[in-house]
This record gives sequence, structure tokens and C-alpha cells, in this order.
Amino acid sequence: MLFGATVRSPIPHARIDTIRWQPEKAPAGAFCLTALDLPGPNGVLLLNDDWPILADNEVRHVGEPVALVAAASRLDARRALAAVEVEYTPLDSVLDLSEADPENPLAVIQLEHGDVERALGASDVVVEGEYRTGHQEHIYIECQAMTAWYEPDGALVVKGSMQCPYYVHKALVHALELPPERVRAEATVVGGGFGGKEDYPSLIALHAALLAKATGRPVRIAYDRHEDIVGTTKRHPSVIRHVTGIDEQGQLMAMDVDLLLDGGSYTTLTPVVLSRAALHAGGVYRCPNVRIRARALRTNTATNGAFRGFGAPEAEFAVERQMDRVARAMGLDPLEIRLRNVLEEGDELPTGQVLDDTTSARLCLEKAAALTDFRRRWSELEEERRQRADGEPMRGLGLSAFFHGAGFTGNGERRMRSPVKVALREDGRIEVFTAMIDMGQGSAVVFPQIACEAGGLTEDDLVFAEPDTARVPDSGPTVASRTTMVIGRVLAEAIAETVELVQAWWRGTKDLEEDLTVAEGAVQSPDGSSWTWREVAASYVKEKGSLEVSRRYEPPAWQQLDEETYQGVAYPTYGWGADVVEVEVDPDTLEVKAQKVTAVCEVGKAIHPTLCAGQIEGGTLQAVSWGLMEEVKMEEGRYLNDRLATYIIPTIGDSPEIEVHLLEQPYEGGPFGAKGVGELPMDGGAPAALAAVENATGIWADEIPATPERLTAWQEAGDVVESIAGEATKRSSSED
Amino acid sequence: MTRALTPSNLREALSLLGEDPGLVPMAGCTDLMVTDPVERVELPAVLDLTRVRELRGIRRGKEALEIGATTTFSEIGSSADVEELFPALARAARVIGGWQIQNRATLGGNIANASPAGDSLPVLLVLDATLVAASTNGERRIPYTEFHVGYRRTALEPSELIDRVSLPIPVPGSVQAFRKVGTREAQAISKVVVAMLGRVEEGKLADYRLAAGSVAPTPVRLAEVEDSIRGRSVGEETASLAGSLARAAVKPIDDVRSTATYRAFALERVVRRLTLQLI
Ligand SMILES: Cc1cc2nc3c(=O)[nH]c(=O)nc-3n(C[C@H](O)[C@H](O)[C@H](O)COP(=O)(O)OP(=O)(O)OC[C@H]3O[C@@H](n4cnc5c(N)ncnc54)[C@H](O)[C@@H]3O)c2cc1C
Repeated sequence: MLFGATVRSPIPHARIDTIRWQPEKAPAGAFCLTALDLPGPNGVLLLNDDWPILADNEVRHVGEPVALVAAASRLDARRALAAVEVEYTPLDSVLDLSEADPENPLAVIQLEHGDVERALGASDVVVEGEYRTGHQEHIYIECQAMTAWYEPDGALVVKGSMQCPYYVHKALVHALELPPERVRAEATVVGGGFGGKEDYPSLIALHAALLAKATGRPVRIAYDRHEDIVGTTKRHPSVIRHVTGIDEQGQLMAMDVDLLLDGGSYTTLTPVVLSRAALHAGGVYRCPNVRIRARALRTNTATNGAFRGFGAPEAEFAVERQMDRVARAMGLDPLEIRLRNVLEEGDELPTGQVLDDTTSARLCLEKAAALTDFRRRWSELEEERRQRADGEPMRGLGLSAFFHGAGFTGNGERRMRSPVKVALREDGRIEVFTAMIDMGQGSAVVFPQIACEAGGLTEDDLVFAEPDTARVPDSGPTVASRTTMVIGRVLAEAIAETVELVQAWWRGTKDLEEDLTVAEGAVQSPDGSSWTWREVAASYVKEKGSLEVSRRYEPPAWQQLDEETYQGVAYPTYGWGADVVEVEVDPDTLEVKAQKVTAVCEVGKAIHPTLCAGQIEGGTLQAVSWGLMEEVKMEEGRYLNDRLATYIIPTIGDSPEIEVHLLEQPYEGGPFGAKGVGELPMDGGAPAALAAVENATGIWADEIPATPERLTAWQEAGDVVESIAGEATKRSSSED
Repeated sequence: MTRALTPSNLREALSLLGEDPGLVPMAGCTDLMVTDPVERVELPAVLDLTRVRELRGIRRGKEALEIGATTTFSEIGSSADVEELFPALARAARVIGGWQIQNRATLGGNIANASPAGDSLPVLLVLDATLVAASTNGERRIPYTEFHVGYRRTALEPSELIDRVSLPIPVPGSVQAFRKVGTREAQAISKVVVAMLGRVEEGKLADYRLAAGSVAPTPVRLAEVEDSIRGRSVGEETASLAGSLARAAVKPIDDVRSTATYRAFALERVVRRLTLQLI
């Protein structure tokens, strides 16, 4: 086996003048490959194929792959990098959103419901705010890695860490111009993804495959943490402006949202991230007039891609902070402003979707408030802040309410109609074939649980096929909180159908009058006879040959989104949540310690309550640390903190106690009522943490991460709550 | 491939180093291990000090406490003698890295690594430590205030090892303070670290010593601040003055962990707070 390594651009934007491979300077036997050597189109096929496999003529971000080398060991491969000499002519670069060209976006989405201009004019108070969020690194435990080889029959196999084997498959088929059946993508056990193994694995898989093809040897590429941080996708930074009109009673009249995402240098999945951001930008609030203008712009930074929450955390951070701002302006507490406006059954979203009885925003808010005695304690802490003596710790409480559309956005599921296949084996076990990946979230536990429940089987009656595109159907990517809700449901149906067919046949062969029951792996007749599932199923296979059942997901007919106007039904259901974050802030250094989070989430049905709570704990921690400490620092487009010593994620000592409360309002389209839950907890932690800092310190925080460096700067600049309250009063009185 | 020499006593260690001053001494290896993981510098040859028993341990004498160079921070942090005599050092030992790091990281390594952010170094500065260096020529005693001569440069010769640190036992009534402002609760390099020692007699600061890390190219003892504060009465006014003088005395920088502005801000506030707490 050979080991691959990647020559990367040190410059954010440049013309490539020459690439010179000097084998004499490389370890013996080393090999080099550039864009000129590609056998087919130079694009990673995702939504688009503008993302080059290897830069051709031009590099558009630091860390962009320019050439590949392969050698006999990892160390030799690394040494061979020095034998590739690249000459660049630097070009003007766009390093962040403030410099990006709004006229040349990667994607645009506009939607308007009602008449925002008129409603703003008629509002009693108008509050404006601008919110910023930064990059976030996935920091999955296992860095990106991929091995590629050719089978003796000429088929290409790529095996590695990935969330979406069929994305990788599609990219390989496209770029290597191979027939689909000659390409196999196989996922290993995946050591964490968070979205980071959704888009990028297609690129590294192509790199490994191209080197394998060129050298005729198996090739493995495994990034170390440094390369993983420099090279791979990140969460989109955002700048989101809100103009909100409110009436005297504190009811929302109008919301005007201008949302910008930094897409980085190539399209990758940005349009879909933007779409989810736009669809969550209004938050969990009823508002008759909403306008959302969302654009993703290009910058000369690594391409930004999928990250748990997919644009919704950015959008909901902004709207939640804006609600706090509105509350300050109106002299209401954060709970009250939310309770007056929270969405309920029968209310409309900005898409015009009328919410059904699985709408639990109020339920979550009230529960979280009751559990934490929010209103009383928040007011007491406001008072405490005004009275506090020097040196006393500053304590604060913050609230957020949030939702997350479950499953693919809009018509995605309809286009896919994702299949699950199950087949009876000779030993009577049912083998299940899906392309879903367990990357730590627990589908390897939840799927058997669903199948057992649906079929009356035991786990021993089931076998789950490895996610290998040669064996499993394309049941779509493991993303968008869709695995349990969408594929779990199809799985339940396929199992139930198989069990029904087999028991009906068995009844026939035994000349039994009445229906048999199947429970806990046993087939029983009312007369008391009983057989094991496996003996029954094994006889079926022996007598009738194998049995295969394929079922596809059919989204509800009413889930239709007009992709021009963004009116319609974007998601069949939503998960709902409310977080209360408690912080203590050091009075001298403004270091923030999140001490406790009370997370109330309505998940439809918690199929496996422990794993479900685990998802909420992990997502909440990731959200709070995105809000308080995680920061990708760049200088001239280069990463300054490309290692775990400097990209700060929480240790166990930084992690708050997280108290999870699961609520259940079953969604009939999910298995046993389950809604997607994977991303929901990412949406509420950051705004609630900043709100708590505000309650503790009086500092108005509208950008994350709210590091002590930023907090001190805001404090010195006078960005404090008193100034916001004053500002809004002025505006309303001047309009009188 | 890195060559490792493993002497089993000090004489052997010193003569190996005397023969080849290019050898890189290695104690807990927590700094060496992460020497530029990006550039992946390979060390030529290391001199493993972990089997040299003379270098390890805490010895309490009449006038001073001596801590061997390869004593780990776990040992320092859990020593009753250190806790009793040098609580500031005990506290520093317990916030270096995390437990795993403290089990390996040594005082000598922290000193020789000479990072401006090294957490134990400001403590040694305020404790008026003396560093004892050893070579085949014998011992050399270096006042710790003269040890850090420039960014990551020290008074140690290539042929010398740090043998031990000697800490004079403080006058009764001395109060010590330590505060680390890091990037997170554990496994954090300091943005600012402050050590202080004071002694109040009849309401006035008879002794006042102040040192800080991460605010200059080396850990620094802020002697001018001390001179202005010594003799003043304890209280808010003196504490605020100490904070602002400390801020004025340093020129911190922006780097990947923090900003110059924040460092100056945090230094001022922490110095003020610790000074207030000296009573
Ligand atoms: C995850 C992590 C967290 C950390 N956190 C902190 C922290 O919070 N605060 C902090 O201050 N540091 C921290 N460090 C740095 C490091 O742990 C300390 O500097 C530690 O004290 C080094 O000791 P060591 O024995 O491991 O040194 P080594 O790595 O063995 O050596 C360090 C340097 O000292 C030299 N050296 C060692 N012993 C001697 C001797 N007796 N004579 C002469 N030269 C010698 C070596 O040649 C080398 O140059 C951290 C490191 C890591 C990896």
C-alpha cells in the first residue's frame, strides 16, 4: 500500500504559474499527480461540480489541494511534498463577508409573507439588530481518512470515514467516468461526523482513488488534525440583520431579515444550508408579515459545508438575540416577550405552512421556565447586577426557544423516495440493507430496536449489512436528522411486511384458521403452539426460496414547497425546544463559566431515551461552546489556530451540567411517533448562553463566540443593556 | 529516528551532556512531545532524565525548601510542605495542563522550556528562588530573577542541567497569591498569569512582590511596581494603583490565544484583586 499526501496552497487567491515535480528531491519511488493528470472532469460532484479535485490554474483558498503525492510510507509521502515546487502569482483576495461581493452570490433565497414595509410603518416600536456568528470546526474524534484500491476485476473500491456512501459513489462515478456498478464506496465505523463527513469525504475519496488509479497500488490518505483543520469544511460564518416591528402589546407585527452566509470558495452544499437558514430565520414566533432575504457569498476561505444544524443555528442565534433586544426595548422580560409571540397550532410560518398539533414551542418554553423558576430568578439577577458589590461573582440566566425542521428540506425526500431493503437469510434471520451510518449518534442501537418492535422480533433475528454501496440501496445520506424519522419508519414498514408475509405462509402450511402472533422472536398460534421466528423463516426460505422486501419512503402528500416563492410546507414536522443556560462570570476577567443548562426538547417519541438525551447533551454542549469559546482565527486567509492546543473546545471541566427533559407529541409520519432530534439541540445553546451573560454583566452581546476579549471590548465601548432600552424608547417616542 | 540515552545517575548524565552538549534533556516530555507538530521537527538525540533519582524529590531544610528538577507537578501539588510554605506554587502546580499532564510534567521542564506563559515561573520569581544548575564542572547558583534573559532564552549553558530549585522559607506572616487566566478550565495555556507575595505590618505592606507571565517575552518580576507599592497601606487605593502600574509596566502582544488589550485589562484587574486579598 502507498500513502498519499496533499500539496496545499499557502495563498488565499493566486494564479498557479507552474507546478514542478522534482523526483530527485523526493524519496525513491514517490509519485506526483496534478490537475493535468485527471482522467475526467475536474469537479467534485455534489449539488454542483465547481469544487475542483485539484486546483487548475487558480487557487481560491489557503489549504486548497494543488497536487497529490504518494510514497511508501506516511513519512516518505510527507517528505515528497517538498519535491513539488509551485509558483504562484497572488491575486486580490476576499477574506470575509465584509469584503465579499453581494452581486456575485453562491446562492440566493427570498421569501415574503404579508407586507413587511407597510407593517413596519404601522408598528409602535421598531428594533434593529445585527448579529454575527463565526466559523466552527467539527472536531470529530477521527480525522478524515480514506483508502482506495482496484479489485482484480477492475472495480474501484473506496473505504473510509463517511456519512454518505452514495455521495462518495456519485462523485467517483462522475470524475473517473466509470459505470456506477464498477465503483464501491464503503463506510468504516465512523468516529464522529457532525456534518463534516458529509461533503468532504467525496474529495479525499477522489484523491485516494486517483492516486490508486495512477500508481496501480492501494493508496491510503489519512489527515492529521492540523491538515484536517486547514483543509476541510467548516460551519458558515454569518451576518444577520433584523428589523422588527412590534405593537404596544408586545406582539410582533413585522420581521425583516437580511441573512448573509460566508460560503467560502465553492458551492458544495451551501445552497441547501442557506435554504435551511432562511426557513428557520423567523424563529418560533408568530408574525403576520415576514420578509427573509438570504444570500451566500463567496470568499477566499476554505469552502464551508455541512455542520450539525445546517444554517439553522446561525439563523436562530440571530432571531433569539433579536427577541431579547425587543424585550429590552419593550421593558419586558425574555420569557414574556416569547410567550406573547410563540407559535401554536394553527399559526402560520413565513412559508404559509399552517402548524399542526405537533407544535410544542409553548409547551417547551413553559416547562423550561417552570423548571428553572426563570422569571423570578431572572428578575432577581437583574436587580443583583445593579446592586452588586465589587468582586462578587456575576451570575446570570438566559433563555432561548427554538425549533428544527425534521428531515430533508422541501421536496428533497420526495425526489429521493429513499428505499430500505430487507431479505430473509437461510438461517431465518432478516438482513437489513440501508446506507445509514452510525457515527456515534446510535443508529446501530435504534434501528434494531425499531425493527424488533415493528416485527415482534429479537435482536438475534436481525443482521445489519455494512453500508457498502455494492450491497445496500441508496437510502440517502445520514444527515438532516432524518435517519430515525425517515429511514427508521421505512425500516419498520419493511420488517412488518416481511413478518406478515412469512406468518401468513406459515399459517397456510399449518392449516391454521386464525392469525398467528409474532412476539419476542416467537410465532404463536392461539391454540398454544409456538415456533421460533428463525425456524419458521428458515423453512420459508427452504420451501419458497429467498424473500426480499423493498420499501420506499413516501413523504406526506402535503409536504410540497414552491422552490421559487418558498411558500408551502418545507418540513413535515418540527422538533421544538427551550434552553435555560446559567452562567457565572468572573467580575475581574469576564471569563464565562456555563454552569448549568436545562434543555427541554419535544422529540415526538424518544425511541431510546438514553441515546436521545445523549444527543441533546452533546448538541447542547457543542452549541454553548460555539457561543462562548470556539473560534477559528484567521490572518490573511491563513488559519492561526490549526491545532487542538489553540482551537479551544470545552474540556469536561468547562462543560455545564446538562439537565435534559424530553417531551413527546407523537408525529404520525415517524416510527412510533419519532421526530428527528440530531440537530435540534444545536439551535438553542448559543443564544441562551449569551443572554445569560447579558443578565449577569449587562453587556449586550451580539456576536459569537462571546469570548472575554470581546466582552471587555463591548463593555468598554458601552454596548450595555441600558443603551438598548434607551435607543428603542427614543425611536418610539420620536415616531409618536 | 531519535536516539535516546538513559543515564541512571547524575554523574553519568552530566558527563554524557559534557561530551555532547547537543543532547536534548528530556524529563516528562510534555513539551518536547508537542514541539511543532506541524513542521514535525525531529530531535537528534535525547538525554532521558527520568531515571536520574538525584534530580527528583522535595527536601525541606531549615532555611529553604529544595525541589528537584524532575519532580512532577502532581508531586508538587500534593506535597504538604509545599502547601504549607508555598501555597502559590501548590496552586500553580494544580492548574498546569490537566491531571495527566501534571503526572508527567516537571518543574525543571517548565523552567527550561522558558515559555513566557509557563505557569510556575512567575511564582518562582516572587518566591526569590535560586536555580541550581549542574555540569561536570560542579554546581552554579543562579538567582531566578536573572535566569530568563530573553524570549525563550535562559542563563543555562548547553552543558548544564537544571538540578534543583531552592526556595527560601518566607518570613512568617507572608501571604501568597496566584491566579491563572487561561483559555479554558484545563489544558489551557495562560493568557495572563500572576503571582504575588505580600506581608502586612501595622496596616502597611512591608513586603510586596509581583510577577506575571504572558505579558512580555519572558515571565517578569515587576520591580518598579513593587517599589511604588511597598510601604503603602493596604486597601482599595493601593490595590487600584498596583493594577494600573502593572498595566503600564508591560507591553503584551496579540497572539492566537488572546489580545494585547485583553491581557493588559486582565492583568490590571487581577493584580488589583490579588492585592486587595493580601490582608
Ligand atoms: C496538553 C498540555 C497542557 C499543558 N499545560 C500547561 C500549563 O497549563 N501550564 C504550563 O506552564 N505548561 C503547560 N504545558 C507545558 C508543559 O507541560 C510544561 O512546560 C512542563 O512543565 C514541561 O515539563 P516536562 O518535564 O514535560 O518537560 P520536557 O518536555 O521533558 O522538556 C521541556 C524542555 O525542558 C528541557 N529540560 C527538561 N528538564 C531539564 C533539566 N533538568 N535541565 C535542563 N533542561 C531540561 C528539555 O530539554 C526541553 O527543552 C502543557 C503541555 C501540554 C502538552
